[in-house]
Amino acid sequence: MNAFNPSRRGVLATAAGFGLSLQLLAVPALAADGALNRKKVIVVICRGGLDGLSVAPPVGDGDYRGLRGGLAMTDALPLDGTFALHPQLTAVHALAKAGQARIVPAVATPDRARSHFEAQDVLESGAAGVYSTSSGWLNRAVETLSAHRKVDAISIGPTAPLLLRGKVQTASWSPGRGVDAEARLPTLLADLYRNDALLGPALARGLATETMAKDATAGLAAPAQPAMMGARGAGPAGQQQGREAARTLGQSLAGFMREPGGPTVAAISLDGFDSHANQAGLLNGRLAYLDAVLDGVHQGLGPDWKDTVVVVATEFGRTARVNGTAGTDHGTASTALVLGGALKPGGIVGDWPTLKQAALYENRDVAPTLDMRGLFKGVLAEHMGVDRAALDRAVFPESAAVKPVAGLV
Amino acid sequence: MALADQDLKAAIAVTRFGLGAKPGEIAQARRDPQGFLKSQIRRQGADQPPGQPVSSAERMAEFRNYRRERREERIEKTADVRPAASGAANPAVADAAPSAPMKVEARDPVKLVGNMLRQDISSDFTARTQLAATTDAAFRERWALFWANHFTVSASKAITGTVVGPFEEEAIRPNVFGRFEDLLGAAESHPAMLTYLDQIQSIGPDSRAAMFQRRGGPRGVGGGLQPAVQRTVGLNENLAREIMELHTVGVNGGYSQADVTEFARAMTGLSIGGERDATFGVAVFREQAHEPGPRTVMGVRYDQDGRAQTNAILRDLAAKPQTARFVCTKIARHFVADDPPAALVARLEAAWRSSDGDLARVAEALVSAPEAWDPRPAKFKTPYEFVVSSYRAAGGQPSSFQQFGPILTALGQKPFSAPSPKGWPEDAQSWAAPDAIVKRMQFAQAFSAAAVRDRDPKALAADALGERLSPDTAKAIARAESRPEGFALLLMSPEFQRR
Repeated sequence: MNAFNPSRRGVLATAAGFGLSLQLLAVPALAADGALNRKKVIVVICRGGLDGLSVAPPVGDGDYRGLRGGLAMTDALPLDGTFALHPQLTAVHALAKAGQARIVPAVATPDRARSHFEAQDVLESGAAGVYSTSSGWLNRAVETLSAHRKVDAISIGPTAPLLLRGKVQTASWSPGRGVDAEARLPTLLADLYRNDALLGPALARGLATETMAKDATAGLAAPAQPAMMGARGAGPAGQQQGREAARTLGQSLAGFMREPGGPTVAAISLDGFDSHANQAGLLNGRLAYLDAVLDGVHQGLGPDWKDTVVVVATEFGRTARVNGTAGTDHGTASTALVLGGALKPGGIVGDWPTLKQAALYENRDVAPTLDMRGLFKGVLAEHMGVDRAALDRAVFPESAAVKPVAGLV
Repeated sequence: MALADQDLKAAIAVTRFGLGAKPGEIAQARRDPQGFLKSQIRRQGADQPPGQPVSSAERMAEFRNYRRERREERIEKTADVRPAASGAANPAVADAAPSAPMKVEARDPVKLVGNMLRQDISSDFTARTQLAATTDAAFRERWALFWANHFTVSASKAITGTVVGPFEEEAIRPNVFGRFEDLLGAAESHPAMLTYLDQIQSIGPDSRAAMFQRRGGPRGVGGGLQPAVQRTVGLNENLAREIMELHTVGVNGGYSQADVTEFARAMTGLSIGGERDATFGVAVFREQAHEPGPRTVMGVRYDQDGRAQTNAILRDLAAKPQTARFVCTKIARHFVADDPPAALVARLEAAWRSSDGDLARVAEALVSAPEAWDPRPAKFKTPYEFVVSSYRAAGGQPSSFQQFGPILTALGQKPFSAPSPKGWPEDAQSWAAPDAIVKRMQFAQAFSAAAVRDRDPKALAADALGERLSPDTAKAIARAESRPEGFALLLMSPEFQRR
């Protein structure tokens, strides 16, 4: 993998992306723009409704133990007087201690239906409500940025999340065998797909990504195929293996982002956070997996971590009270995480509404104090340089009233 | 009807409504394409996969034993300072694991039973895929697969894993050409659904069971994270919500959070036999866990006692016009286009309503609808459809899970493991990511090399697509430098990737 020094190919690609001639590279005024060019953003979607009160339990909130009963944690990793982090989030905790991770403890999309699928659509489309759009806000952000500089995006996983679908053809990658560069079939298919608006661009993009993958994942162990029953049924050895696979996945993503001309925008989604029953055990496994992915990204990015912001978000939070089956049901606000070397150190992002009965949303859920779009807008504006007008209209339609969170980077 | 039109219709019948053409199948459908499909509709439901069926109860018993072994193992490990599990791989056992790359320790009963459970899942899925690859009634099979996906249960949850296959065989297949109400009742009360959507532990807060547990005192509250010591007793609204949102009226069907909670209260008692009971793994109704009293759901009051209350609510949900609209839209989306024509949905709805949700009538209406015969192949095949249709085009079937299971996982459709209760997505955008196209190509390459043998790919292409084969694809296949290359081009052609 490439270390500090960008290869010549990288310099050329950067220059080409700018539409500049090589002589201009020496002009100091461009340094600032070059810095913008290196900025990276990664969005991690946790599907199923991740319980915010488990991600960052408000152990100092006087109502927490009463509401959470047997699910109240005693071994969480302390952050401040009110909040701690789930014991499995050790890598996130180390970053938080270094000022490179913050929690957003009461954030929600504008959707209030408590339906996974509606809420995920709103989370990813960036619309004000359920919206029949087939494109995601991150794709539209890339579209906006592409007017100014070369920005590429990649999703990790076998299917493309709505978040990154849209006009801009983005890359996608998941672990596999690699393509034989000498094979005839890709060329023949490219020809057969020349009039196919779906398959043509997808194949071309897929082949290009495979070429890049050879460098990007060099030296990493191939992640194991997930066992049939999933990590939860696989016992401690399987879980350990799951964590290693998660770390490798994070490192692979980082590998792509460090490639010369590689993507600077990425999305990855993790399933299985719907914790209606036996929540403690389920989230132990899933949050360990999330932590390992984030750790892999952090380690894999190396020196590029300082230019990176990662946002971890879910479609909704869960009920403040435990349900009848040692789990929680669909709720409203949840906790997002913001991480990265580019992050400005600080406390929680947004306000904490507390868990007082009167403060709960519909006497049931953590009340939202922050619109998820404001968080995303803050990252895109300050870190990636997307302008406000585009954010208010194109990236997040009809969202002028939602202010970007300021001071993140 | 003009002759050319007849040929095209035969190809559409077999490739869009069916699961892709086997050699000779399009010719069979040619005389009467609609009749070819309608003759597959039958009261007794869909076909059963080959092999001796195993009941859900037997499978759940296996799972119970597995869980017991694990529990005992944990106790032993806590007693031991240093657990013996050093990760030493035993090749003999690893070979026995059908799909598990996990290296397992020899003679470890937990690992062995775990492998057996995984093997159950893969052999069920293999049998189901063999049926799909070989059946002469592929419309009937597609219709069954649609309903299995509508009522998704998933091996993403361990306890549900080994009964996904039995669920399809017991609850779905016999009911897919009966009344929707009966299919709904069978699906929601099956142990697979009850475990998958957490119904089994849902207890009425004012039920006798809850009061009994409360008198026992709050054990273990506040200490640690072991679910085993948490004695919280009460409702779990997961199944109630998903029945409304995903199985019947849909998210805009006009229900509120209060309706979800009331429905969840009504369903308390619906469970499976306890681990120590002879009825473990069998759906039972526990009167003592049922929340007493009348319930009001979507404006209707239900005074029934016990299980009759749930049945009455399910009956009413099945009969709602929102349900007809929501489910018929899904059928149209599955069979015809990601954004289906409104006229088609209206036809299906009309058939549904005039027959009280008789699914045989709805299937006939689908086959009779002119909108369903649009010659443009609008639907992009899911990974499973792609793999099954590849086997059909080759006139073969998989003989082991290893031949097709891993590629489905790599393409994002892990066997029997839908990522959420919403089931597998139906739209092209979900499945046509760049990485997925590359992986389909790799599969096509390997599959063709093994499957084409000495056959002529031009003839195979004509058999697989009939009138839907484009001149471009035919030309590319004719120019291929080898038989496998020609067959791979067929499998990857734009028209074979769609239906």
